[in-house]
Amino acid sequence: MTNFTPLPALIGGVLIGLAAVLLLYLNGRVAGVSGIMAGVMRMGGAERWWRFAFVAGLVLGGGLYLALGGNPVITIEAASAYIIPAGLLVGFGTRLGNGCTSGHGVCGVARLSARSLIATAAFMATAIITVFIVRHMIGG
Amino acid sequence: MPQIFAALASGILFGLGLGVSRMIDPSKVQGFLDVAGAWDATLLVVMVSALAVYAVGYRLVMRRPKPILGDVFHVPTRRDVDARLVLGAAIFGIGWGLAGFCPGPALTALVLGRTEVLLFVVAMLVGAALHDVLIERGKA
Repeated sequence: MTNFTPLPALIGGVLIGLAAVLLLYLNGRVAGVSGIMAGVMRMGGAERWWRFAFVAGLVLGGGLYLALGGNPVITIEAASAYIIPAGLLVGFGTRLGNGCTSGHGVCGVARLSARSLIATAAFMATAIITVFIVRHMIGG
Repeated sequence: MPQIFAALASGILFGLGLGVSRMIDPSKVQGFLDVAGAWDATLLVVMVSALAVYAVGYRLVMRRPKPILGDVFHVPTRRDVDARLVLGAAIFGIGWGLAGFCPGPALTALVLGRTEVLLFVVAMLVGAALHDVLIERGKA
């Protein structure tokens, strides 16, 4: 069980929004993490390297958070048997559906894209159902 | 080369935001998805503030003829809602709910050095690559 933390959420959310605006303003690209990540594997040359830099930046950004005194402790509730299937589903599903929480959920919804609004509703719905089953029916 | 540094800067800011907002902690994400339990609205605040910033920033940036470091804006133009979109998003949601990780936070959380995070990220890359081999090769 976790507590509602609105202020860090607001600051973090603004940082995420600014990061996405920066990538659009400078490079003309959408900050969709799943697409960028897959592009590192799929693309060649310069198309690969800016994507690699973005992904490396995510990890470095996590490091900056820790360097600024961030909390390094996270709670992974999922049973270890779920980790690999979950990763496979996230990797496959975001490719099939052309996006994840960042590309559809933030960037797409912000410009009121019908595709992103529907995708976001779909992944929220199945995620909520999955958590309900895992936490309340199986009993995590 | 400047595009690579721009992507790196955007990624760092994005990762910092994911750290500050605690979206790197899967128990907080699952706390948001657990509408039948002790609901934690943090993710909602993160998403709304990020997309509010992006909604304004997107409109300002798109007034420009082109991005600062590129020739064209690469923004999605598709408007069709097809079965792949909904199915992909639904599959992604199941994985997201199971582990509490989506692509951005999982990559950022790599910095914490947890084995589960590394396993999830590797599985996510395999899932994405499987899609590209099975589905995209089938199309071509």
